[in-house]
Formats: sequence, structure tokens, C-alpha cells
Amino acid sequence: MTDHAINAPTRGRTLRSLVYDPKVRSLFFQIVTVVITAFFIIEIYHNVTTNLAQSNTASGYAFLGSRAGFDIGQSLIAYSSDSTYGRAIIVGLLNTLLIAACGIVTATIIGFVVGLGRLSKNWLIAKLCTVYVEVFRNIPPLLVIFFWYSGVLSTLPQPRDAIQAPFNIFLSNRGLTFPKPIWGEGSGLMVIGFVAAVLLSIAVSQWAKRRQMATGQQFPSGWTALGLIIGLPLIGFLAAGSPLTFDIPVEGRFNLSGGAVIAPEFVALYLALSFYTAAFIAEIIRAGIGGVAKGQSEASAALGLQPSQATRLVVVPQAMRIIIPPLTSQYLNLTKNSSLGIAIGFPDLVSTGGTTLNQTGQAVEVVAIWLVVYLTISITTSLFMNWFNAKMALVER
Amino acid sequence: METRNLSYVRDSMLPPEPAPDNSRSSAAWIRANLLATPKDVVFTLLAIVLLAYALPGIINWLFIQASWVGSDRSVCATVVQGGLQPNGWSGACWAFVEDRFAQFIFGRYPLDQRWRVLLTLGLFIALLAPMLIPKAPKKGLNALLLFVVFPVVAFFLLSGGFGLSHVETPLWGGLMVTLILSFVGIAVSLPLGILLALGRRSKMPVIKTICVVFIEVIRGVPLITVLFMANVMLPLFLPTGWTIDNFLRALVGVALFASAYMAEVIRGGLQAIPKGQTEGSESLGLSYWQTTRLIILPQAIKLVIPGIVNTFIGLFKDTSLVSIIGMFDLLGIVQLNFRDPSWISPVVPLTGLIFAGFMFWVFCFGMSRYSAFMERHLDTGHKR
Repeated sequence: MTDHAINAPTRGRTLRSLVYDPKVRSLFFQIVTVVITAFFIIEIYHNVTTNLAQSNTASGYAFLGSRAGFDIGQSLIAYSSDSTYGRAIIVGLLNTLLIAACGIVTATIIGFVVGLGRLSKNWLIAKLCTVYVEVFRNIPPLLVIFFWYSGVLSTLPQPRDAIQAPFNIFLSNRGLTFPKPIWGEGSGLMVIGFVAAVLLSIAVSQWAKRRQMATGQQFPSGWTALGLIIGLPLIGFLAAGSPLTFDIPVEGRFNLSGGAVIAPEFVALYLALSFYTAAFIAEIIRAGIGGVAKGQSEASAALGLQPSQATRLVVVPQAMRIIIPPLTSQYLNLTKNSSLGIAIGFPDLVSTGGTTLNQTGQAVEVVAIWLVVYLTISITTSLFMNWFNAKMALVER
Repeated sequence: METRNLSYVRDSMLPPEPAPDNSRSSAAWIRANLLATPKDVVFTLLAIVLLAYALPGIINWLFIQASWVGSDRSVCATVVQGGLQPNGWSGACWAFVEDRFAQFIFGRYPLDQRWRVLLTLGLFIALLAPMLIPKAPKKGLNALLLFVVFPVVAFFLLSGGFGLSHVETPLWGGLMVTLILSFVGIAVSLPLGILLALGRRSKMPVIKTICVVFIEVIRGVPLITVLFMANVMLPLFLPTGWTIDNFLRALVGVALFASAYMAEVIRGGLQAIPKGQTEGSESLGLSYWQTTRLIILPQAIKLVIPGIVNTFIGLFKDTSLVSIIGMFDLLGIVQLNFRDPSWISPVVPLTGLIFAGFMFWVFCFGMSRYSAFMERHLDTGHKR
């Protein structure tokens, strides 16, 4: 008995003990997984190369340099059908970024207003905002896009009977036509004024913060910044002798000529993404503000803060900590949903990439470009928002 | 302690007094909820002006001016557009929805075979209803029937076999496709999501890496690129000569996409369960799978029911994207129909989209209400 007990460990590991050893088991399962995954990857690689060889498709990214041959309705950089596929994809990427940036700004504003509205003590406002949220959260974004595109914008009149708004802005089923500003010589002064204003505002707000920390005196740095940012470029503009002329759109017999045009595809996608995402942002805002303990606003009232001051200085900064992480994922969702523009022909990354894919048959390469670009956007946004979140996070003693 | 009879202490409760008049009349309610501060007065007035401006127009367009019966575009077009309505008329064209209703539900499924779809739907409702009612007995058997037996039966009923004629998937369409895609997406994404979430929390580096890469890549890209991938890459991945049905490609795309999101939701729940639960069950001698199945998952899933249902709702809405890769789900078929020359009119697209939007809304709103109900029902009171 004693012998047995002493001898047991020295007898070495039996097969049975090996089977029940967590380390051995984990190693075994991982090896099996690696073998299976490797088998699939080799099999897929083999199949892809055989299939591509059969359909005579050359692999590689050489196609990016050849002539695209298709037109793109809206482009931020010079592009014609003689440009390369690579340039077409860059045009698409820029359009994606443009619509995402515009959409994020509007969606945030609408979302904040609706989210605060839902928390309002005013019954009518709260109910209206609830209806807005419940309607938009429960229908597909694609449907909202079609609603604006096929339901609203395409029923607008022809360009010759365009709806005329003040300042020579025309609205028709070809889009929104507005006077195009043409910057003359010396406009650089405005840009310099703007940059100087931004730098000065940052300096002023930091100085004001230091002074408040030291003396408790407040300084209206917000108003100062606003004045600087409007004032300095204005001074630059006047100093250069108002170098701005407009190319005003004129109603022709069949069409509008002159001016700048925003395509209906852009307008539809922009409105749809803003309204759709705003419903989700509103819920995030509501949850964030609801998540701040009631004692905080009661305490600020006890300290003599106005309700608006309490909201601005006490409640919102704390709510931001709850709001920022889900808000980030909504921004990313909006960016990803902008790919739905393909359904109405908005030339975004997926749309121009899709045309390239159809024309060249380079499926693997185009999909790889999509993956890389979208993952880069996701990761960059997450990193930035994580940094911002860390800055805002509660500093515990 | 001895209770003494104190004559000056009341031994029965007084009936509650009604609230003072100035706090329970409807005027008081209006004062408190609509006109509390000057700012509220302004907001209320603004809201009333907005409603007075918009509501009559909307109701007028949707119902009063609407054209309810008819068999072609003439009832929904003005005289100038070649129809019967007076010039300047605008109203919803419900005649279009009525005329194409069967297509919106069944797509181009053969007319004489549509009973098969209805039978499948009937079976589905008969199995789903007891699943959703918390008090109904035999949940295990019911789940087995709904998620294992039903899909097999439904597959043969819908696509043919055992004496039923073969109906090809390109003929499927409408609400039927939306529901099939969502059902399969839900049935696949929940278990796959659980496995991925467990894998992501696993201590085995290889399995963890595979799960993390899968989840993050899928979550980082739009669904439409996943669908494109399923559509153009899947055939490339298969050995030469194999083909894969378009419908199946979309199903694979949607299900994989939803599982990545589901995995993150479940992971949130798993993280919220204290380590003591695992340690406790291990000390009782339960194996990993027993611990997971009996102790961890029931608690974790209960915590994240709202998130799971939100993913389901997202999945249901996302099925509309298959119309971009050439399939006709509810939204796709509505769009196809309003381009039909026999119904072309400026009001038809808007009417069709409002109808489709309402259908989607009913399903999604129903799901969110049911999740709120389940949350209350399962709430055991101990919050973490």
C-alpha cells in the first residue's frame, strides 16, 4: 500500500493519464485544427488557381494600371473614362469617405436632438421623438435609401421646371444645382486666416483653462473662438479685395446650365444614412444620459448651477463616457452602410470596385482591395476613438 | 413584546384621500406635461404646428386621395400621364399593392404550387407559436422539431422531391425569401455565434486566433462585400465543375455575417458571468462542456437577450441586401414591380416602398416587443 503510493508518480505517465491531461488535450485539438485549416486553405488555393487557369484570368494587380473605360458620375478628383482602374477605385474610396463624413455630422446632430427630445419632460416632443426612433430603427436602410431616391427625389420636376429656391438654388430630378463659387487670386489669405484663427482659438482656450484653474475666473473662450474663426478669414477675404465670383446656374430651355450640381444619388444616400443612423444615435444618447446618476444633476442644482449649466458641465461630460464606445460603432456602421449606394448607382468604393470586377473578372484582387480598405477604415476609427475614449475616461484616484 | 391597547392609536388604515383637484384634472396634466415652462410652451406650439402642417397632408395622401381599386396604371396616373385621375392629383396607389400582392408574398413561385409555401408557413407558425409562449410544455421537443425536422421538411416542400415537382430557387421571391433567409440566418448564427464566442475566450491560442480573425474581418466589412464574396468567390473556392445555387450563396453570406455579430453579443454575456461560476462547477466535477452548457450559457444568454434580438432584427433588415446581388426578396420584388410598364406612375414607387417598409416594420417591431416581454419574464430580480 505504502509502496504503491510512493511508486505511483515514478511509474511514468500511462496512456490514460495522457488522455486526461488538459495540456495534452489542448495541444491535440490545436494540432487537429491547424491540420484541418491548412487542408482547407491548400484545397481552396488549389481550386482557385485551377479555376482561374481554366477561365484564363491573369492574377495580380497589373489590371489597376489599364484603362477603365467607364464613366463615374461624381468625382472629387479629375477622372474620365480614359483613367485607370486604380484611379476609379480611388475615386470610389474618396466618395465613400465623403459620404461617410457628411453623414456622420448630420446623423450626430439629428441623433443628439432626437435623443434629448426623447428625454424631454414635454409629452408631445418625447412622443414625436419616440415615433421617429421606432420607425427608423425597424426598417432596412436600403429601403430608406430607395424611399428618398425613387419615392421622393425622382418625383421632383424636370430641370426645365426646377423648383427655384433663394440664392439661385435649383432643385430638380437631376439633383441640387447651386451657384458655384470661383475663388480668385488672393484666396490663400482666407485659408491663412482660417488656420491662424484655429491655432489662436486653441491657444486662447488653453490659456483660459489655466487661468480658471489658477484664479477661478471664467473666460468666454467659446465665443472668442467663434469670433476668431469667422473674423480672421473675413479680414483676409476683404484684404484680398473680395476675390470671389459665382458661376450662377441659368435655366435653359431643357436643362440648367452652369453652377455646381450635387447628384440625386448623393443626396438620397446622404439623407437616408443620416436619418437611419440618427435613430440609433438617439438611443445611445438617451441611454448615456439616463446612465448618469440622478444625484449628479441634483447636486449641481444644489451648488446653484442653472439646469442648462448642469447639463453642459456635469451631466454630458459624464454621459460621454457611456456614449462614445457605441457611438463609434454607429459611425463605422454608417461608413459600411454607405456601400448600399451601389443599389442606386452612387459611385462608392463597392460600386466602382464592382464595375471593375465585372469588367476584368479579377474577383480575388478586387475583394482583397475591399477587405483591406474597409478593415483599415475600421481599425483607424477604432484606434482614434479608443484614444479619445481614454482621454475622456474616468480618472480614478 | 406585549401589545397594549392604546385608545389613541388608530387600529385600522384610513382610506386614501383622492389627489388634490389641481393635480389630476386633464388641465393639470396639460400644464405639467405640455406647458411646464415657457420653453415647453414654445416647443409644444412648434410640435403642434408641425403636426397640423404634416399630418392632414399625409393622411390625405395615404387614404383619402388614394386609389384603392384598379388593374393597371390608369387608376394611378393623371390625365396628362395617360390615366384617369384629374391633373394635379397625387395619392397612394393601393390598387398596385392589391394587384401584385401575391407576387410580393410568393415571388414567381408557380401559381398551382403555392399551397406548398402556405403549408410550410402553417407548419412554421404551428411550431413557432408554442416556442414563443413561455408556459407551453415540451420546449426541448419543440425546439428539435423547429430547428432540425422543420428545415428538412420545408426544404423538400419548397424545392420539390418525394413526388412534388421541382421549383428552382430563381423562382422563389418576395416575403417568402425574406423569411427563409432570416430563419436560416437565425438558426445558423446563434449556435455558430456561441461556438465563435467560446472559441474567442478559449485558452488555446490557435483556436482563439482563428475565431478572432474571423469575427473581426467579418465585422469590419459591409455585408454587401460579404455577399459579393459569397457570390463570386465561393464558386472559385470549389473544385472545378461544382456549382452552388445562388440562393445558397446568399444564405451562406448572410449566416456567416450574422454569426460574427452574434459572437460578440454572446461574448459580452460570457464576460459578465463571474469566474466563481466556472470554478464552482469545476469543483463539482463538471466537464468543460457540461459547465458551459448547464451553468455558463443559460446565465450568459439571459443577460444578452436584448442584444441577441437586436442582432436578429439587424439580420432581418439585412436580408433586403440580397436584392443587390440579383435576388428578389420582399424589397427586391416590390422594386421589380414598380418598374413594370403596366404600373408605371410617379406615385407607385412611393406606395410600394411604404408597403414594404410597413411589412419590415411589423416584423422588426414585433421582435423588439417580444424581447422586451422576455426580458421582464426572465428577470429573476438579482441584478449583477
